Amino acid sequence: MEARDTIGAFGRGGADNPPPSLEAPSPRYGEKLIKGILAFCAILSVITTTAIVVSLLMPTIDFLGEVPIGDFLFGTEWAPTFSPASFGVLPILVGTISTSIWGMLFAIPIGLCSAIWLSEYASPGARKTVKPVLEVLAGIPTVAIGIFGLVFLSPLIEDVFPFMVNVPPFSAGVAGLAIGLMLVPIIASISDDAMRAVPGGLREAAYGLGATRMKVATRVVFPAAISGIIASLVLAGSRAVGETMVVLLVAGASPNLTFDPGSSVLTMTAFIAQTATGDISTGSITYDTIFAVGTLLFVLTLIMNVFAIRLVRKYREVYE
Amino acid sequence: MKPQTAGNQPAVPGSERTRLAASGARAVTLAQLSHQPRGDRLRGTIFMTLILFAVSLALIGLVAIIVQAAVKGAPAFSTDLITNGPSTINPEQSGFRPALLGTLYLIIGVIVLVVPLGISAAVYLEEYADGTRWWNRLIELNVQNLAGVPSIIYGILGLAFIVRGPLDLGFILAAGSMTLALLVLPTVILASREAIRAVPPSIREGSLALGATQWQTIRRQVLPAAIPGVVTGVILAISRAIGETAPLLLVGAATFVTFSPTFFGDNGYTALPVLIFNYAARPQDEFRVLAAAGVILMLIVLLAMNSFAIWLRNRYEQQW
Repeated sequence: MEARDTIGAFGRGGADNPPPSLEAPSPRYGEKLIKGILAFCAILSVITTTAIVVSLLMPTIDFLGEVPIGDFLFGTEWAPTFSPASFGVLPILVGTISTSIWGMLFAIPIGLCSAIWLSEYASPGARKTVKPVLEVLAGIPTVAIGIFGLVFLSPLIEDVFPFMVNVPPFSAGVAGLAIGLMLVPIIASISDDAMRAVPGGLREAAYGLGATRMKVATRVVFPAAISGIIASLVLAGSRAVGETMVVLLVAGASPNLTFDPGSSVLTMTAFIAQTATGDISTGSITYDTIFAVGTLLFVLTLIMNVFAIRLVRKYREVYE
Repeated sequence: MKPQTAGNQPAVPGSERTRLAASGARAVTLAQLSHQPRGDRLRGTIFMTLILFAVSLALIGLVAIIVQAAVKGAPAFSTDLITNGPSTINPEQSGFRPALLGTLYLIIGVIVLVVPLGISAAVYLEEYADGTRWWNRLIELNVQNLAGVPSIIYGILGLAFIVRGPLDLGFILAAGSMTLALLVLPTVILASREAIRAVPPSIREGSLALGATQWQTIRRQVLPAAIPGVVTGVILAISRAIGETAPLLLVGAATFVTFSPTFFGDNGYTALPVLIFNYAARPQDEFRVLAAAGVILMLIVLLAMNSFAIWLRNRYEQQW
């Protein structure tokens, strides 16, 4: 009786014992405070993005004040520390694209085949062993893969295909190969997820019509999972473009405007890492150059990531 | 007499013709249904071989990275590696002591920053955020995007925002920790969200129905159930932070630091992957041996952490 009275006292007219109120007996400021703190932590990610954009854009604007944007984007000579300096970004852009393409050429067939094997052919036991092992490969630091490329792959390929390494031990092709090794688990794992999200009914229907295992894998499951598979390729491409340590160690440092796999190239990431580690003063044109190249890199990877996120969302919507 | 199955025993005993007709029809049907054109079988076999070849190539790559580093680094592998500092004069006795300590301090800093921030953001996004509001969708998209931003861009952010600019901390170890924390924060948020989402709604509803507030529900029911998944995600993020090199190059991890680092001391710090990279970039073979030994050291730590994470995931994975 007493408890009922206490509850009633918080309701409107406590005199003739109304039904107990479902409202909380106190405003619970603590709960709101906690929610506020948690929301702030989430908003921190937006702040990070804003900070990235601001810190990239400010020096880039300074840079574009000194170098016309046309000269930067379409110039074919990259010599920012020479005098007279030249700021044509094409050679290092092409260097980045070249190493990424060689990497993708290696990683796409192997990654996709691994995904098909994992989702369609492997027994549950084999899958349980191979998938974690591939995850380990994904977890190997890129500096270790770079050393592997420099010390092992480069001399090996120089012996087997001399045209792949013009200036030993540096070569865009070998750097691409090492990057490809790093991309395989990304492609395999995301494509495998996408293919396993394809409902079993589709497979069973195809088998029921007399399709072979290979036909089911390539003509039914693969096309049904295509948006997830393309997403994995785009994400891998974005990873390849942003990769730093492998190209820093294996690709050399000469800004050559070429797609030749044997040639040594400078990539955008390698330029940033190389230049920023030296002693440079804030506000100098060299300092601003780092940010201009960084902005270009950020925009490139951002476009790829947004595209990939959309594709992943699409296959999730269809099958989950 | 044992009961016989209908297929082997004719319906009417003694009717030899019925038996013959039945088995003949059975043989014809089986031959028709199990027949595969030879071309299909051949293609299937070739396809399967190709796929197995691709999978084994990926696994061979992983094994080659580890074996190559182990073989190359074996001569330098002694306790000197852990107890001695780096030296250019006699590389035979150089070690990674300041680098190991530097990495340890960096990681402690990362854990202190990333665990509360990451889990709070994940709790907000999963438990409080209304997914139909534009600002919550913006935060979600943001986190996904940040996970794909190249690590070197975080280095630029650290250089422009933490080392110089608004925070102006200088090239100190804490700045390196903050940069790495920002880098792995999206990974921790995404993994924690997955773990929180795996807790079934009935647990929450039960708790709320018993009169717990939302925070009490999260604190006493949801988080304890989600902890194994969250810890797994944190460990994987930390192991990524250990191997990251590129951003540290930009925020001032110097190479030749012969003394033990401190969090806020401004006389320099170094980290394991940075020193490995520096050794590897030198042309002399002694240094490459050291680099390989360092890679093995790093891989041992990482493999131990990853196996622990996988074990944890399997051990505490809860079936609801």
